[in-house]
Amino acid sequence: MISKAEIEKLASLSRVALTPAEKDNFTTQIDAILGYVDQLKKVSVQAVTDTASAQVNVLREDANPHEPGKHTEAILAVAPAKEGQYIKVKKIIG
Amino acid sequence: MIELVKLTIEKAHADLVSGAYSAVDLAKAYLAQIEKRNSELNAYLEVFSDVLEQARVADERLKSKKNVTKLTGIPFAIKDNILIEGRRVSSASKILEGYVATYDATAIKKLKDAGAIFLGRVNMDEFAMGGSTENSAYGVTKNPHDTTRVAGGSSGGSVAAMAADLCLVALGSDTGGSIRQPAAFCGVVGLKPTYGSVSRSGLMAMGSSLDVIGPITKTVADSEIVYQAILGKDSLDSTSIDSPVVVSKKVLTFGIPRDFLKSDGIDASVRENFEQAVAHFKKLGHKIVDVSLPSLEYALATYYVLMPAEVSSNLSRFDGVKYGLRKEGATLLDDYLKTRAEGFGAEARRRIILGTYVLSSGYYDAYYGRACQVRNQIRADFARVFAEVDVILTPTTPTPAFKIGEKSSNPLEMYLADIFTVPINLAGVPAISIPSGTVTVDGKKLPLGVQLIGGHGAEATLFSASKQFLGE
Repeated sequence: MISKAEIEKLASLSRVALTPAEKDNFTTQIDAILGYVDQLKKVSVQAVTDTASAQVNVLREDANPHEPGKHTEAILAVAPAKEGQYIKVKKIIG
Repeated sequence: MIELVKLTIEKAHADLVSGAYSAVDLAKAYLAQIEKRNSELNAYLEVFSDVLEQARVADERLKSKKNVTKLTGIPFAIKDNILIEGRRVSSASKILEGYVATYDATAIKKLKDAGAIFLGRVNMDEFAMGGSTENSAYGVTKNPHDTTRVAGGSSGGSVAAMAADLCLVALGSDTGGSIRQPAAFCGVVGLKPTYGSVSRSGLMAMGSSLDVIGPITKTVADSEIVYQAILGKDSLDSTSIDSPVVVSKKVLTFGIPRDFLKSDGIDASVRENFEQAVAHFKKLGHKIVDVSLPSLEYALATYYVLMPAEVSSNLSRFDGVKYGLRKEGATLLDDYLKTRAEGFGAEARRRIILGTYVLSSGYYDAYYGRACQVRNQIRADFARVFAEVDVILTPTTPTPAFKIGEKSSNPLEMYLADIFTVPINLAGVPAISIPSGTVTVDGKKLPLGVQLIGGHGAEATLFSASKQFLGE
């Protein structure tokens, strides 16, 4: 059973505000979903348990950068608030 | 008057090349049809204002006879989670209201290079989360076959636009069935390509290890043309691959996962229709055998751990700082909380919270870790079966299209509608849904679909078998 307090904690961790009615609904609904996915616990997982070994590095070399400022204008244009060349947010450090 | 009902890419291409009509005439015919039907169906969120200008450019290209492809002048509808530079795109979410894409998705760039025309962006469940488009912030898309029913989802706008001739082709995306399930509900062809065969660059991420862009079309031949145009390894998507080329054999072995078909909640009409499809493939000269994929029983549970985990991480970028909606609070933290509460719909927030839970310390091993292991077992099951058979056949959906509102209050019930499509995304293999007949419910003929599943890169086999089935 997932509790309402746990839902409140998760909502806060994931930065989502919930209304009181939503807290109740989500508790019931997420509890039902977790009840369903709990069946995974009874699967006998066989030899294939290594999830990482087949991975290879696919990242490109850190080279050939584009010229500075090439995308600045386009990216700033979609920001909700900006000041000069910066995206503007509220004060973080008091 | 261009007859849109039977029009295919191949036919339109022949007509455009012969000069029977121009790309502008064709675009006008679709715009007129959109004008006529869209207010009722709610397929398009936006019809672009420069469609005729795009068509004029295509006409010049056709006239010059240089660089003409099968897609030059062909009008597309684009799902609202695929980026086209300089155009609005929102994933049918309030959190991206007014957002304008800063670059082209790779699939879009390839279509532009081929000379395709974009009619507009079409409706979907918010961030592709749902099976009915009821989670769109801009209202549900209705099924053209019965407007009291859903078109399916999440690519509901794409399939409704196809089924009502509001476009000649549509692009959708498929994370757990979002192309195939609505294609079955609306009686059109929907392809979920091999994972990685089509670049995800410019597709808004939902479940990054599951998402793929694919075509929704009237015919299998059209599906093949569009797939060929958008596939390929891309430096902007590190998971993209050059698909291995598998050539289709003449006589195929079809595997029927009988145990899996015994699942609860499968409509009698779907079972009957499926048996007819099996018989049809047999009559076409193919071999039919029973196969067993025991891990499929756990596929849906696996999916509903892995997908929300990826969602909770992917949707963290929507914070009201960099782009889209910002709702002001007293502090930066309040900005986040308010923006995400007001910007995201209920299903998006439910999955974010669920994903945060399965990834959190203390639960990670029991849920996410466990689901990764079961996923590997599902992949192994598919690999084992595809060593013996060429195609696995299932119904696409357990029921025909359901009523609007029928499942919207119970998320778990909505999830169960994905039972046949979800395992395919977990395994990363390709699958196609093709129309397999209709069932009459409340006096309305509702389409049904069957799903052909192939091994990695076996799209050619799926196209060939599907064409035979439909008599193309």
